[in-house]
Amino acid sequence: MPQLTLELERKLTTAVERMPAFPKSVQVILEMTRDINCLPRNLVGVIEKDPVMTIKILRVINSAYYGLPNKITSVGQSVVYLGINTIKNLALSFAAVGILPRFNTTGFDIQRYLLHSLSVASIARLLCEKHARAEADPGDCYIAGLLHDFGKVVFAQFMVGEFMKALAITVDCGKPLYEAEIEVIGADHAFVGALLAKKWKFAEPLVNCIRDHHATDAAPSAMLDCLRMADAICRKLAFGDSGNPWREVELASLPTRFGENIETVITALGDLQKIVNDAQAFAQIGTEK
Amino acid sequence: MKVTMWGVRGSIPSPGPRTVRYGGNTTCIEVRSDDDNLIILDAGTGIFPLAQTLLARLPITANIFITHTHWDHIQGLPFFVPLYIPGNTVRIHGAYDLVSMQGIEQVMNVQMQYSYFPIREAELRAGVEYETLTVGNPVSVGDATVTPVLLNHPVPNLGYRVACNGRSMFFTGDHEPWTNIYPPDDPEHANYQAMIDHRYTELYAALGELDLLICDTAYTLAEYPPKIGWGHGSFDHAINLAQRIGAKRLICTHHEPTRSDDELERVFAEAMSRHPEPGCEVMLGREGLEILL
Repeated sequence: MPQLTLELERKLTTAVERMPAFPKSVQVILEMTRDINCLPRNLVGVIEKDPVMTIKILRVINSAYYGLPNKITSVGQSVVYLGINTIKNLALSFAAVGILPRFNTTGFDIQRYLLHSLSVASIARLLCEKHARAEADPGDCYIAGLLHDFGKVVFAQFMVGEFMKALAITVDCGKPLYEAEIEVIGADHAFVGALLAKKWKFAEPLVNCIRDHHATDAAPSAMLDCLRMADAICRKLAFGDSGNPWREVELASLPTRFGENIETVITALGDLQKIVNDAQAFAQIGTEK
Repeated sequence: MKVTMWGVRGSIPSPGPRTVRYGGNTTCIEVRSDDDNLIILDAGTGIFPLAQTLLARLPITANIFITHTHWDHIQGLPFFVPLYIPGNTVRIHGAYDLVSMQGIEQVMNVQMQYSYFPIREAELRAGVEYETLTVGNPVSVGDATVTPVLLNHPVPNLGYRVACNGRSMFFTGDHEPWTNIYPPDDPEHANYQAMIDHRYTELYAALGELDLLICDTAYTLAEYPPKIGWGHGSFDHAINLAQRIGAKRLICTHHEPTRSDDELERVFAEAMSRHPEPGCEVMLGREGLEILL
């Protein structure tokens, strides 16, 4: 069981509240909101591509003051409860914090991280729509994909030395990043991401998906299956980079509900290029020198 | 219960000969429970004339419930004279503000900054208490119960259901019916509509068996379309809502500040002509209107 001191837990929780969002969403939101009549759906479309903004919105809407009987699990649902103007002003206040730098001293590339997260999100939603519609909500699978690796950005931002060491171990020893994180930090990104999500009262299935996305012995669920298969597909096809490359040994532990093997699942999904292109356009890969 | 309207105007006070019959003060409603506990819904400029009537009955305990913190719902608060008199107790309730991340206590300190008001919050002499509310959690005020319900406006707006000995009324504060942000041909439309339908189910459940509904009717049906998203409803929206929940009586309020008394009566009559059998008594809110429940 990973151990994290209470002090570290407190430090990470408050740090994330001051965490800047991703460059593209900050830029687009500042541009869009200059027009008082900007279309709500366009605003939602930007916010739900940014893991930091999405997390911050879900955190406030699920806070105890709103006492909502059911957890809010999407940006769209947050708009229904809070109204688009509140969401717009929340997004503006997040944008005012600044932007995440593309590289920090750990060398972790947040643009390639975002490309990975967006691709996993969209493919998890697609898998759910095609294979698990009756058991899970495609929108929930999207959010699980978007946020599953959030703990890595937290490490890269706020535990720089430790995360650098973990990344180095992955490269030098070929160990999965989550194992290296446990070795150096005492907890991996899945544990820390889930810890924060739970603290902010996110929906339990989402917390569990974040926590279990590397746990081969976790209790299966349709949402977790969609997430794990989407994660594997993106790493196999090198859609972005989560710091954790695909390993053929993972094949044995992948969920089997989607098809015979990962190749047939990928083929059955059809052309994934649009998903990657959209994600790339948002993550700004290749546009920054 | 006795309900008295002290301010029925939206957005900005609108005094003058054109508004003398319905009044120019912004939102404030006094509710007296059967045991005479004082509940005040919103502190627009209408709270100032209400305060004058309270000075003869000191000391008082006033339970103020703010629907939301836009100026037309709070601007009278620094002029609520009992705040300056020792022995009074004023309890101010309202929503947590997500953008400023502060509770309802900011409603006074924002307004009483020295550049904008000559008296500082620290100089108030009444016992002032703040309670930031949790949506859905009822608050007891003597023999009455006040339950906050989250509605739809550009800042979090709490409608309040006040119940006392089997009678109940609901004030929306500012509220606009939910609309789908996706056009019908958008793949997200159906999903978003399902979420809206869920909100309506929640609203109807919270507003069941009302003796009185006081509802935001800022616009006419024709005025509304270009103002979608501004956070207000129309006469027709309110009548439909009253019908749907089976309210016994509907009072229309938050009158447009540019609307004269004659114009207000004309647009109200037009709306009523579209609803010849509204299923409940429908009337325009005006200053001084008293309803016994």
